[in-house]
Amino acid sequence: MELVCPAGNLPALKRAVDEGADAVYFGFQNATNARQFAGLNFTEKRAREGVAYARSRGKRVFCAINTYPQPAGWSQWTKAVDQAADLGVDALIMADLGLLDYAARHHPDLPRHLSVQGSATSYEALRFYHEHFGIKRAVLPRVLSMTQVRDVARKSPVELEVFAFGSLCIMAEGRCYLSSYLTGESPNTRGVCSPAAHVRWEETPRGLESRLGGVLIDRYGEGERAGYPTLCKGRFEVDGETYHAIEEPTSLNTLDLLPELRELGISAVKIEGRQRSPAYVSKVAGIWRQALDRLEHRPERFQPDPTWQAELGELSEGATTTLGAYERRWK
Amino acid sequence: MQLSLGPVLFYWTREGYADFYRDAADWPVEIVHLGETVCSRRRDMKLDDWLGIGRELEQSGKQVVLSSQTLIESEADLRGLRKLCANGEFLVEANDQSALQLLTDAGLPFVAGPALNLYNPAAIGVLARTGMQRWCAPVEMPRDDLANLLDECAREGLDQPCEVFAYGHLPLAWSARCFTARRHQYPKDRCQFVCQHYPEGLALRSQEAEGVFTLNGIQTMSGACQDLRREVPDMQSMGVGVARLSPRAANMAEVVEAFDQARRGELPPADPLALVEAEICDGYWHGRSGMANTHTVSG
Repeated sequence: MELVCPAGNLPALKRAVDEGADAVYFGFQNATNARQFAGLNFTEKRAREGVAYARSRGKRVFCAINTYPQPAGWSQWTKAVDQAADLGVDALIMADLGLLDYAARHHPDLPRHLSVQGSATSYEALRFYHEHFGIKRAVLPRVLSMTQVRDVARKSPVELEVFAFGSLCIMAEGRCYLSSYLTGESPNTRGVCSPAAHVRWEETPRGLESRLGGVLIDRYGEGERAGYPTLCKGRFEVDGETYHAIEEPTSLNTLDLLPELRELGISAVKIEGRQRSPAYVSKVAGIWRQALDRLEHRPERFQPDPTWQAELGELSEGATTTLGAYERRWK
Repeated sequence: MQLSLGPVLFYWTREGYADFYRDAADWPVEIVHLGETVCSRRRDMKLDDWLGIGRELEQSGKQVVLSSQTLIESEADLRGLRKLCANGEFLVEANDQSALQLLTDAGLPFVAGPALNLYNPAAIGVLARTGMQRWCAPVEMPRDDLANLLDECAREGLDQPCEVFAYGHLPLAWSARCFTARRHQYPKDRCQFVCQHYPEGLALRSQEAEGVFTLNGIQTMSGACQDLRREVPDMQSMGVGVARLSPRAANMAEVVEAFDQARRGELPPADPLALVEAEICDGYWHGRSGMANTHTVSG
């Protein structure tokens, strides 16, 4: 299985490659990718350096152009596709039907991967993208159980990549408009979720309060560990009860599932986190490299090392991890 | 401009659906979308039941469309979807790419639902070439972007009518997890069909009692109810073909009546009507956060 790691900037890209990523993915510095954060992502020049660095070490580079082109900005998105082709990346990661069509027509030989933002959760959906745009690989949304992943894998016409570690989107990606409902900006349109510009922190007599778009997302008592106010991970009141009504602050960690994913013929595992620091990326990439190597060596005897789990736990949101939807009872 | 009833997003009883559509037969809407689009566990209504309702509505002069489930997860979901697509009588609204595949593969015409993410003429063009008859704009699309998009589509000869989600709680997200079952600490597989207790969803509020979202099983909806009544004349001038009204359990006849007045240019200038007991929003249309309310409803 290929280890695909996030590169929010050139130092992160280099660290990921050094630590054993088989492929890295990056985006340009604009709304064409789903991690449009201040100070993040690549200029054309940096991208060229990154591609050269990875290539010279035998690694692959994917370019994420995975937001949905807005009516006024079509040329910005097609330009990103042309630029990536010119850089000689190994694949484009895309979601929009129109942009997939554009890339298939203008750069037929450049492999196309379906982004998780394309919301393909069945092999029929994958056939649609495969038949119409010749996609080579798809990243599955984080909503399927292992049984369901197995069903998709059995009949998928394309390679599959699944999320292995990092922040957990619990909504079907590409079809979540919660962020724009509170802030006007969403992953689809602007490449952001719960954007920092709309976040406010306030010390109040009732505790530390986090807000997004003015809406109170959470309130922390003394000694409670405060987390970034991602809107689906706050504490809300439903029918008289206040709790994490949608999801707890937690990260996805699928180390335990590696043997099964391998057996299903999954082609690649993806580490989330282009917004994370180079130090984070390097640490996570290193652990997953060791895990995949051990898996290849003795798949039938694979056990994750407890120190890996502990270190990944430390790096996780709320210092806890989950198998998410892969595990039926999470639902 | 035509009016449509969207599919019922909540989980009602068989009697609830039957009563609702018996009334709807007399309402001034031209299109009715039928079917369960949210959760495969909501099994009170079989395909045959929907077809029965559809035939009656067709007799009353409505165009009937069967809407497909939005989040397809299992083989069982796909089996249900295949039956829906092969119904042989009514047009299908594709709400995900699995449905698109089955419909285009069979060479059937279809309409594109609001979660298909059609944001640009190129994407609309792709589906127009494969048999799309009508498309619903994404709920988050602002008026100005839509006007732009419609102009470009017209220039490119893409004349399939556009539908706008004009009224109701906005469907904003779909998850593997059921939030209504979670509230009751039931596992999803043994949810006891608790959604049926909430015919208009379950309110999720901030710790300051501000309505934020509405939980509807695996679907998360807006806390406020979108109401674009006042924008109808603008929609008409932009060339929007259909305004979608999303059913709710109470006062739907009044909602339809208000939109019917609006499209005839007969809406009272100082609209006295808060149609339902819910916060109102119209922010998306005005290029703001979806929850914003640019008109305060006057009393």
